[in-house]
Amino acid sequence: MTPDTPHAPAQASVLKNLDAVRAMIKRHKLNDYIFSLIGLLALMLALMTLMTLFIDLIMDGYQRFNLQFFSDFPSRRAEHAGLLSAWVGSALVMLVTFIVAVPMGVAAGLYLEEYAPKNWFSDLIEINVTNLAGVPSIVYGLLALGLFVYILDLGQSILTAGLTLGLLILPIVIVSTRESIRAIPTAIREAGYAVGATKWQVVHDHVLKYSYGGILTGVIIGMARALGESAPIITIGALTFIAFLPPSPITDVAPFINFEWLSSGFTVLPIQMFNWLSRPDQAFHINAAATGAIIIVVTLLMNGTAIYLRYKIRKNIKW
Amino acid sequence: MNMATTVLNQSFKNAISPRLAKNVRRNIKERVIEFILMIAALSAVATTLSIVAVLLYESLSFFKTVSIVDFFTDTQWTPLFEDAHYGIMPLVSGTLTTSAVALAVAIPIGTITAIYLSEFASHKTRETVKPILELLVGVPTIVFGYFALLFLTPILQKAFPDLPGFNMLSAGIVMGIMIVPYIASVAEDAMRAVPMSMREGSYAMGATRFQTALRVVTPAAISGIVAAYILGISRAVGETMVVAVAAGQQPIVSFNPMESAATITAYIVQVALGDLPHGSIGYQSIFAAGLVLMAMTLCFNILGHVIRKKYREYY
Repeated sequence: MTPDTPHAPAQASVLKNLDAVRAMIKRHKLNDYIFSLIGLLALMLALMTLMTLFIDLIMDGYQRFNLQFFSDFPSRRAEHAGLLSAWVGSALVMLVTFIVAVPMGVAAGLYLEEYAPKNWFSDLIEINVTNLAGVPSIVYGLLALGLFVYILDLGQSILTAGLTLGLLILPIVIVSTRESIRAIPTAIREAGYAVGATKWQVVHDHVLKYSYGGILTGVIIGMARALGESAPIITIGALTFIAFLPPSPITDVAPFINFEWLSSGFTVLPIQMFNWLSRPDQAFHINAAATGAIIIVVTLLMNGTAIYLRYKIRKNIKW
Repeated sequence: MNMATTVLNQSFKNAISPRLAKNVRRNIKERVIEFILMIAALSAVATTLSIVAVLLYESLSFFKTVSIVDFFTDTQWTPLFEDAHYGIMPLVSGTLTTSAVALAVAIPIGTITAIYLSEFASHKTRETVKPILELLVGVPTIVFGYFALLFLTPILQKAFPDLPGFNMLSAGIVMGIMIVPYIASVAEDAMRAVPMSMREGSYAMGATRFQTALRVVTPAAISGIVAAYILGISRAVGETMVVAVAAGQQPIVSFNPMESAATITAYIVQVALGDLPHGSIGYQSIFAAGLVLMAMTLCFNILGHVIRKKYREYY
């Protein structure tokens, strides 16, 4: 529209323009609608995968869901092969992982958040933790193979596996500890100092107590990760066919606890699954599916608990 | 120590009031605790250093036998054969091909999911979906390996009858699905960090949600989104079990995803299962392969963090 056009045609062209604008708005609204459909589909895909994965495992493996599957050793005949050594091995490795990762991770988190001075040295540790979280798990396996198995001569044992997985989940524990400590207001600490508490008294009696839930969330997520992790343990050279149990940690003679199990050979659930999966015999694939279903249920339960816990904590916090 | 000093010390000790003496003990205790905590924090640094040291040490012995030029130029990787060749190229090509397939799946789906969650979804949808995405991140990779080998490959074989039982396509697709939640959540964080006023400005001009998302929010969050992609690549490169189970074991130089090929990680698993004697060239070769893997992921990780830091400073 130019300023010197007569009145009536201008009105007509405005009306024509208006139609064009309306058509454009319609088109854009349609685009909006189409994209939200595509977005919903993309979202569904993630959800559907999880469902398909789970249903597929159950369908393939349901024949093995009986008590015998848990109380039998692995065998050359698929229908007699069980998970006994694998779940016992997993439980013992998890125990070592917990003992290694939790005190160390929480202590490191406390140091970085409460004690560390702001200088290049603290920055170095921070960058390190971030980078460690991005190191592929199999590289931890190589570290364990070179350092724990051969240099420290711990062998392909439960102790080696526990230490390896402990180091692997250390960044997860450190990060969750720091995040939950950071959420605590300074006023809590100042109140402690005001009544004459030392730094450690404040940290131990107040900071640590209040961040307990957040730390627990991180620990559970870390342990779930360790439970499902197979690459580093394969790299250590863990045997895949184990038809014995490690010596019992609790004995009937004093002092009632022995540590022989730490140096015992072992297998864990994901390794057992990998072993069955890589056999050409189809019958073993059923065992693999059943094992997969068990691993997925346990890890989903653990992660679900952690997510629920975090949600509860977020909701309940009133500083 | 003579008598006089002992007496002197004794009297000093008496002179210090009990409260002050307790204070000294308190201070020592505080120092000790701080020291212990610092040692724990240093364990992270120690882990990194030991990883680098172990990889370098074993790789150095490896490179005493194998020339570093051959390592990067030879197109055959057969360290366990009579006629041994040590060219890392086949393993790198396998790794890159599976990662490329994974990204071709993960980048579009991840980005769309992120845009939808950040710009379109209601608060309630977002609060329900995010935990589910987190659950998907927690699924053990061996289970995804099962899925690739025994669920996806048979389906793909119906579409492509020539597809071998072990192939990079199926492993790559499953790996892609695996990293979708990761890319989606990092990219969504970046988009949510874009200030609300920018969206409001766009809406005030009459733009639709889709236009705002595409032309205002995405460009503003682009460095965070790119960082998500790069961290996703690093994940795909380091992923082990899916490719070890479903992609095959033959080290060949091929960028065709319909073929079967070994990746760096799959090779390490294969050797570790074979129980090679400590100190043999085969044993050392997995450390050299690990060093290459570590270098690749480290580059991507650092790049990703640098890009992500940049956008954080922007607002």
